[in-house]
Amino acid sequence: MLLIHCPYCEEERPELEFRNAGEAHIARPANIVAESDEDFEKFFFIRANTKGLVYERWRHVHGCARFFNAVRDSVSDKFIMTYKAGEPKPKKLPGAGK
Amino acid sequence: MAKAAVKKAASAQAVASVERRPALAGNDVSGPNVKITVLPPAERLSLRAPEASVASLSRALGLTLPQKPKTSASKNGRTALWLGPDEWFIFDEAGGDLLADCAKAKAMHSAVGVSHRNVAFAVSGPGGEATVSAGCPQDLSLDAFPVGASTRTVFGKSEILLYRPAAYTFRVECWRSFSDYVFTFLKDAARDAAV
Ligand SMILES: [Zn+2]
Repeated sequence: MLLIHCPYCEEERPELEFRNAGEAHIARPANIVAESDEDFEKFFFIRANTKGLVYERWRHVHGCARFFNAVRDSVSDKFIMTYKAGEPKPKKLPGAGK
Repeated sequence: MAKAAVKKAASAQAVASVERRPALAGNDVSGPNVKITVLPPAERLSLRAPEASVASLSRALGLTLPQKPKTSASKNGRTALWLGPDEWFIFDEAGGDLLADCAKAKAMHSAVGVSHRNVAFAVSGPGGEATVSAGCPQDLSLDAFPVGASTRTVFGKSEILLYRPAAYTFRVECWRSFSDYVFTFLKDAARDAAV
């Protein structure tokens, strides 16, 4: 079983308590009514689906119930790090060297 | 006239005799290492509040709301479990009125009475930890889940609240409609823990 570090519970918890909530850092348009169909499609449907490092929203649904963000390797399923919702995309990842 | 009075008295009597009985009341299980008790009804409250309201609510409730993850606070038959950064579950086994007490707090908060929503079991004895661990994926050793620890988590396929009031006692709270599943699972797990 995967252990996921919840930034609100401040410890690793079993994956059964969590739920994935899709790609992170997708900003909702300020004026969604004025969006063109193409831009709305991009915002609503199009996802990066990266092979490698992915930035995702997760929810500790059966724990503190909070949403947070995680950096994960989509090939190995290894969690690189997690951080609270609203915090910027981390510039430096642990173990990245540079 | 007399008829109406009699009717009134009869209905008052009926109301007075309505007794709260939790689902599965009286189904206690006792094994060599574990005892599962269906706990009596309690007053329960789901509380959401920002940090700025915590002091005011703590005064109103008569106990300091815990602010550290996985902790709890207990005073005069009343216990508050930390569930999230702005969320608490509070239960009162001394008959106190949690909603009325919260109403005394002027600071912004949301308090919802959930007394009848949950059923609680006590899992006690040296085999208690093994019994709960049969369905709960968290580390429940005393190092990781000490006395006073509390959490929302899962037990098998059901969500539960778990609280450890003493080294050999766990309080398991679940939604009433899940209580049959949780109780049956606990009962089977207790049989394994007894071996
Ligand atoms: Zn959490």
